[in-house]
Amino acid sequence: MDMALKTARVALVGNPNSGKTALFNALTGAHQKVANYAGVTVERKEGLIRTASGRTMSVLDLPGTYSLRARSPDEEVTRDAVLGRLAGEVPPDVLVCVADATNLRLILRLVLELKAVGRPMVLALNMYDIAQRQGLRIDLEKLGAELGVPIITTVATRKRGIDDLIAAVETQVDVAAASENHWRSPDATELRTAAREAERIMKACVRPPERPDTLTGRIDDVLLHPLGGMVILMVILFAMFQAVFSWAAPLMDGIEGIVGWLGAGVAALLPDGLLQSLIVDGIISGVGSVLVFLPQILILFLFIIALEDFGYMARAAFLMDKIMGGAGLHGRAFIPLLSSFACAIPGIMAARVIDSKRDRLTTILVAPLMTCSARIPVYTLIIAAFIPNETVWGFVNLQGLVMFGLYAAGIVSALLVSLVIRKVFWRGAVEPFMMELPTYKVPDFKSVVFNLWIRAKIFINRAGRIILPLVIILWVLATFPYPPENATMPGIDYSFAGMIGRALEPIFAPIGFNWQMVVALIPGMAAREVAVAALGTTYAIADAENATGLLASTLSAQWSLATALSFLAWYIFAPQCVATLGVVKRETNSWKWTWIMIGYMFGLAYLASFVTYHVAVALGGG
Amino acid sequence: MTDTIKLSQARRGDQGVITQVGAHCHHQGEAVELERRLLELGFVEGAHVELLHEGLFGRDPIAIKVDDMRVALRRHEAASLTIRLDAA
Repeated sequence: MDMALKTARVALVGNPNSGKTALFNALTGAHQKVANYAGVTVERKEGLIRTASGRTMSVLDLPGTYSLRARSPDEEVTRDAVLGRLAGEVPPDVLVCVADATNLRLILRLVLELKAVGRPMVLALNMYDIAQRQGLRIDLEKLGAELGVPIITTVATRKRGIDDLIAAVETQVDVAAASENHWRSPDATELRTAAREAERIMKACVRPPERPDTLTGRIDDVLLHPLGGMVILMVILFAMFQAVFSWAAPLMDGIEGIVGWLGAGVAALLPDGLLQSLIVDGIISGVGSVLVFLPQILILFLFIIALEDFGYMARAAFLMDKIMGGAGLHGRAFIPLLSSFACAIPGIMAARVIDSKRDRLTTILVAPLMTCSARIPVYTLIIAAFIPNETVWGFVNLQGLVMFGLYAAGIVSALLVSLVIRKVFWRGAVEPFMMELPTYKVPDFKSVVFNLWIRAKIFINRAGRIILPLVIILWVLATFPYPPENATMPGIDYSFAGMIGRALEPIFAPIGFNWQMVVALIPGMAAREVAVAALGTTYAIADAENATGLLASTLSAQWSLATALSFLAWYIFAPQCVATLGVVKRETNSWKWTWIMIGYMFGLAYLASFVTYHVAVALGGG
Repeated sequence: MTDTIKLSQARRGDQGVITQVGAHCHHQGEAVELERRLLELGFVEGAHVELLHEGLFGRDPIAIKVDDMRVALRRHEAASLTIRLDAA
């Protein structure tokens, strides 16, 4: 049996917005694995299905494309996978070309191009229910004859046509043989010829809809209105941030509670000593300090996935393109930068939506400048300690104003840095901005939840794999060597972290940092907000996270205003988060760019703190 | 009487037919690449276009209806497309 029915390999190819991923989900259900292709940071989604005849089929969801002539790393993967020359991948036996039945012109051209590859193919006309509702008549028999491929109609979101599709693919596996590949990159003349041929087939087989979709046009009149659209975008963003910060709060408290409970439980089980300290202080609290951001990240993703499925994200990119473009960024960079307000890690991972390699790299490099929520505990602590809670100009709360200033500083510096990156590294080259504005669709609840689940798994997986070894290293630095018997100061002062802190103190003295602050910066590398607990440790305040009032009053007695402002300036820019650095390395696949980012961020942090400190001292804040 | 314009000069509501994609005398790699990308997105001679929306700042970017799909692009790229405006 197994001899006769060997595993069949199927690859899904199609235009972006064709419902390809929905079809992939309908085919494979929960049996999918998400990873990266060897050597590139392009998401590889594979799923297994068992056919009625007992055959195993592995289905690969290739990145969406309009052409095999790849323009981005994602599209290169699609091209190479289709051509069977992707390192580490077995060439597909059958291609399933996924088409939006209501928007056939471009996919017909792609089908013609794919035919040159010579692999057996099936064309899936997805969203067929919408085509029928519009009264769009497609002569399936004629279309199949013109193209020379079997055609199956599907409605992925309703799981309609899935069995037919699997059966058609199986037939292709059994009967069709791959012919010679004579694909080569088409030039403009060949593209025109193919477009004309697609147009001819279109005219011959498809009768225009009797009730064309006018809803998208009407929604766009509102959402893309030059002024009104901008206002709506701002309202959506505001609602999103409200949700991210207010809905997440109880969940984050819950996670902190569980982490604390787990730590206490393990501490009670294990004897005092090194192992207990490693597991409780190192691993549980270190990983917990990053995991605590999961609720915010999930809520953010919920909005992004729902808005993307609705079709709004392309509109947001359209509205923001001029502003982003002024800084040398692509309109699409808006989404990753937005995510970075919760946490730079999902932001950097979301930069994959940007086609152009350069624009994507620029976006990754500036994403950590956005004020992530791990900075908030640091900001609130320092603001509470040093900024008087008073009203200025009649109605503005001074503390709130400083907070706003810190956010604004992050945004403005990100735009300026990307401008500099374009001038320095890309010599002013501008990538074209061109993208389809998809038809609006009501997001499917089940698929939104499913995608959210996949995103969460990826975040925990990737972040976990990066964070775990790093928190262990930081724990070693903060634990060894042990304090002497007659120690008068907290243990961390005698550790490697303490030694490093004291050794670095002369470097930080010009920006107004004392050695306790420098020591606190080291465990603060695990996640920015850990610096609050670390400051508590160095100032010997137990449970500083929950006793911030006490810590704030200690700090305001010990630090000058200039030092406090300098510390805030440091936190706007410094790459104080090893998890982010690890993700940057992963996503750029380059140590060079990771070091460039670390270098420029520390450089800016030092410069900003230096200027802040000396200006503040000159104004009497010393 | 000039009813043939660059798409980048079009205003909201303008409709027409694409008469030329790219410039015929280009020799630069970038222009060739842009022409191919436009063709792949459906901007091909004979396609019907309508300018649907303009951005807030400098009326840029623009949203174009190309036959039956919608595409956003910057006026900078739209300058590579020549259209013949429909008679009003």
